[in-house]
Amino acid sequence: MIEARNVSKWYGRFQVLRDCSVSIARGEVIVVCGPSGSGKSTLIKCMNGLEPFQQGEIAVDGISVGDKRTNLPRLRSRIGMVFQSFELYPHMTALDNICLAPEKVLKRSRAEAEAKAMGLLDRVGLADHARKHPAQLSGGQQQRVAIARALAMDPIAMLFDEPTSALDPEMINEVLDVMVALAREGMTMVVVTHEMGFARKVARRVVFMDEGQIVEDAPTEQFFTNPGSDRAQLFLSKILHH
Amino acid sequence: MSYNWNWGVLVSEPYLGWLISGTQWTLAIACLAWIMAFTLGSLIGIARTTPIGPLRWLGTAYVELFRNIPLLVQMFLWFFVFPEVLPRDWGRWVKRDLPMPEFTTAVLCLGFYTASRVAEQVRSGLNAVPKGLLAAGQAGGLTLPQIYRYILLPLGFRIIVPSLTSDFLAVFKNSSLALTIGVMELTAQSRQIENYTFQGFEAFTAATVIYCVITAIVVVIMTRVEARLRVPGLLGRQQGAL
Ligand SMILES: Nc1ncnc2c1ncn2[C@@H]1O[C@H](COP(=O)(O)OP(=O)(O)OP(=O)(O)O)[C@@H](O)[C@H]1O
Ligand SMILES: [Mg+2]
Repeated sequence: MIEARNVSKWYGRFQVLRDCSVSIARGEVIVVCGPSGSGKSTLIKCMNGLEPFQQGEIAVDGISVGDKRTNLPRLRSRIGMVFQSFELYPHMTALDNICLAPEKVLKRSRAEAEAKAMGLLDRVGLADHARKHPAQLSGGQQQRVAIARALAMDPIAMLFDEPTSALDPEMINEVLDVMVALAREGMTMVVVTHEMGFARKVARRVVFMDEGQIVEDAPTEQFFTNPGSDRAQLFLSKILHH
Repeated sequence: MSYNWNWGVLVSEPYLGWLISGTQWTLAIACLAWIMAFTLGSLIGIARTTPIGPLRWLGTAYVELFRNIPLLVQMFLWFFVFPEVLPRDWGRWVKRDLPMPEFTTAVLCLGFYTASRVAEQVRSGLNAVPKGLLAAGQAGGLTLPQIYRYILLPLGFRIIVPSLTSDFLAVFKNSSLALTIGVMELTAQSRQIENYTFQGFEAFTAATVIYCVITAIVVVIMTRVEARLRVPGLLGRQQGAL
């Protein structure tokens, strides 16, 4: 479904991604982790063309992301993305946040978009909050609206960039629960997170990055019990002891 | 030396009529110039934020040119110099057939000048919209024009309503410069009353009061606009920080 081959990216002379290769099959859930600044966000932003890259290739459902002829808005409309800081449109209600892209990009009617949005809000437990603006919702609620917004486009895959790290601890689970349910329904997911409980529950593989490199790409159990590299071991000992 | 106060002059004909007519010209110049400045300035402000190099460059050139030449000089340039540098036929048309030449020139001059100020406000408003929202729009599959239409412009304009109010007020004050090319607007009429009656204090007091009333009306209108655009839950936090 998502295939990255030897992707390298530079910011000026600084190399953010070094020869990254990773492949995510349909229905697969993978977790990406690694120290701050290791290039995790950059890698998943390359997957939907939010960030350009200079070398290598990424294909999503057979369509090349780096190809200049690719219609990027169209490609992106098929991939959902959830951000660390939610990024809900502050001047729109939760409902309008969810309906915007389906109406304007997929040209669904307002009624159709709204019916679908209400269904999704119900699914993330926020049916009563449809008419609220983002500033009137808690962080956990905002992030669930953001997930509903991404799902409204019927994506073929979902990208999550640290979806819970801006949340107060008591709100983390309400978001993770939605993500676990999504994973169990067979959604293809790439999740940047340090929530190792989530990884253990639903991830098929864990990808560990450091200094722009994919240092390790291992089945989840193996990653936790017997990581192949010292750097991954060190990273695990740090975050698991917290 | 004693001054003969005579407030009665203000309500006697023809002086009352002069004040009324002056007020009408002031309102006409300022409102038309503002409509022009708002439209043109918004387009130029948008141009300066697009990823399209030549558009940005043109926008910058416009703003620097019109903002840095004193308005009074611009008024003279448009009225006396501009028709001379046009191709001969056009110049002759401007000098002979342009309807209400002084008035039209004043509106255009003030409109072009104020557009450069509006453009700067619009640019800063658009730049103040958090970059994450742009990414969210892109990730949803919206095209750049759609992102401007539904996300950047609604938020950017909300941010700059207060500073646009002061530009709107400035148009009324600046419209008094139209007297230098012979438009009989409010300030010119007051001066004329002084010339005819030697009651300069009364005439200019009346002008001052009328300018203040106009200002108050504009402030009330803009406060209404601001209230109507207010985003629920963002009260008080909105300024700049969104
Ligand atoms: N626009 C940019 N210009 C220059 N350098 C950048 C830019 N964006 C990111 N970087 C650098 O690229 C590196 C990787 O950034 P990235 O955000 O991908 O890391 P990350 O693994 O997601 O980190 P975190 O866990 O803190 O989110 C960092 O060193 C960062 O400083
Ligand atoms: Mg990151």
